Amino acid sequence: MSEARPSIAEAGERAPTDWRAAAMQRRLRRRYASERRFRLWGLAAVVISAAFLAFLLFTMAASGIGGFLRSEIALPIDLKSAALPVTPEQLRSRGADFALASAGLENFVGVAVVRAFGPEGGDLVADNAWTFVRDAVKRDPSLLGQRVTIWVPASSALEAGARGDGPAPMRALAARFKASGMLARGFDWAFLTGTDSTDPTAVGIWGGLKGSMFTMLVTLLIAFPVGVLSAIYLEEYAPRNRWTDLIEVSINNLAAVPSIIFGLLGLALFLNTLHLPRSAPLVGGLTLALMIMPVIVIASRNAIKAVPPSIRDAALGVGASKVQVIFHHILPLALPGVLTGTIIGMARALGETAPLLLIGMRAFIVAAPDTLTDPATVLPVQIFLWSDEVSRGFVEKTSAAIIVLLLFLLAMNGLAIYLRNRFETRW
Amino acid sequence: MNDLTALARNETAAGPPAQKISARNVNVYYGDKKAIDDVSIDVDRENVTAFIGPSGCGKSTFLRTLNRMNDTIPTARVEGEILLDGEDIYSPDMDVVQLRARVGMVFQKPNPFPKSIFENVAYGPRIHGLARNKADLGRIVEESLKRAGLWDEVKDRLADSGTALSGGQQQRLCIARAIAVDPEVILMDEPASALDPIATAKIEELIHELRGRYAIVIVTHNMQQAARVSQRTAFFHLGQMVEYGATSQIFTNPRQTRTKDYITGRYG
Repeated sequence: MSEARPSIAEAGERAPTDWRAAAMQRRLRRRYASERRFRLWGLAAVVISAAFLAFLLFTMAASGIGGFLRSEIALPIDLKSAALPVTPEQLRSRGADFALASAGLENFVGVAVVRAFGPEGGDLVADNAWTFVRDAVKRDPSLLGQRVTIWVPASSALEAGARGDGPAPMRALAARFKASGMLARGFDWAFLTGTDSTDPTAVGIWGGLKGSMFTMLVTLLIAFPVGVLSAIYLEEYAPRNRWTDLIEVSINNLAAVPSIIFGLLGLALFLNTLHLPRSAPLVGGLTLALMIMPVIVIASRNAIKAVPPSIRDAALGVGASKVQVIFHHILPLALPGVLTGTIIGMARALGETAPLLLIGMRAFIVAAPDTLTDPATVLPVQIFLWSDEVSRGFVEKTSAAIIVLLLFLLAMNGLAIYLRNRFETRW
Repeated sequence: MNDLTALARNETAAGPPAQKISARNVNVYYGDKKAIDDVSIDVDRENVTAFIGPSGCGKSTFLRTLNRMNDTIPTARVEGEILLDGEDIYSPDMDVVQLRARVGMVFQKPNPFPKSIFENVAYGPRIHGLARNKADLGRIVEESLKRAGLWDEVKDRLADSGTALSGGQQQRLCIARAIAVDPEVILMDEPASALDPIATAKIEELIHELRGRYAIVIVTHNMQQAARVSQRTAFFHLGQMVEYGATSQIFTNPRQTRTKDYITGRYG
């Protein structure tokens, strides 16, 4: 360094700095190199995380897309010869399902399957194929007097064959049916409208989806107002003393408690003490609300703290009361931050499995819930349950359910971000 | 010498004053620290009163005791008696929200709400129920903006954000917002210190026009400004009120040496 900048002791007086000296040039080169290096590291970090995300989305889409499709096989059936003892009045009534079942439709469909596809034909159609015949008859009672062809879902073995999966004979059979136009693959609406089942070709996501919606609704209705009111009270009203410090520390710690602990709390409090119904979205929602409330409180307090004091002064200065200051000025300005905390909390609650297992939302439930107290399951638990199944058909359905969960998450966050941007104040 | 002619003008305007606010033996503490030491002062109804003094002398603190804005600071404590038209503003019977409507305030930094110009002015009348209907509210807003000398500049864009105005316009908007509540007293805490000279001149002109209708108390660290706008001046130093009198007397013939030293620029 001494060549560029001789010390004062040597020169007696400080010499003018030589900005073109070799040492200066070296320093300059090192500085540029370190800037370039840092930029590259940052870029690499972004590329790595984007690649992980792309990989996740791609594999999920690739293996899940098949879960939304279903192979159907054309079943020729002579309903006239069956001469089922049901009247058109019965078919229009609410007891139509029962009338057709007790008239022996299931057996007759079984016979038609054997007649059409041979003695092993039962392996080619799904177990619930007869319900599709039943629904077709209910839609159009005139079918009972005709010889018709009805499309029914293929069995999971034939389904796998149609995908080019599974044993060779089944693959060949599927190819033959396909060539003769008797096997077709289409969008599986029943997957979106159906509920859980033991047969992978018959499962649907609606039960889990509706359960998740109900649970999220309860969570939002409890956690949002309680969280925001706590934040307002702690920021605006509570005196600063040892007790409020203790509360603050407790809230920060609660936000970090593992979610399964909240499941135990929900089990002890809502089921064992308050005797609320097991497996219900109400209890699930309450449990998740306890879990995300600290997140909302912390985010809301920070948002309230960030409102400039000059606005508070201005409102107080024209004679606004404390409540008016809070609701007319502070809260509107803090709302974007409050909503950000709520989005983070709700997204976490939507993906939560562990606490819900403990309050019984992992039961096998074949009916979508109609009220908040009906037994239900939620999307992540449904995914967990299906991923545990041995039947190969469930692999695709699991991925499809994950896609539904991600879309739900996307829709929920999209709505919240839209709301946040609407409330954002432009200064 | 401009200042002296201003002083002369003010002198003739100063009639026999009736007191609007009288403070007696006021002490203000922040925790253990005494910020205001035994201040007694009368604020005239018809005149502009200026508080001058070096930074940290307590003039802003004292101003904020007059509409109890110090209540928002948890450690602040006020002793003594402050009467507004003979009513003790620190008595338990006094409603602090109504007090702040009667004693309006304009702050050092312009602080319009991040809302439209109209909403900024309409907010006070609306929360106090001063307008009978929408047309009435519109009239109040228009009148307040006119009185604050801002109407001609903003009448075509009342829906624009108040924060989009220039600094001087924002401060006049804040004055309009204070006027809209129809206060009896307006406290101004260094209202022009963040503004350029032209905007400052407009504010000072405005203070002249508002005088008589409202009792005005202005804190300033700019002695020329105090001389230009006020009829009465109080000099604060280290939490004490050193001297209080007619502005002309304080600036030309101060009785206390501390005042004289400050006026002549020895410190501050």
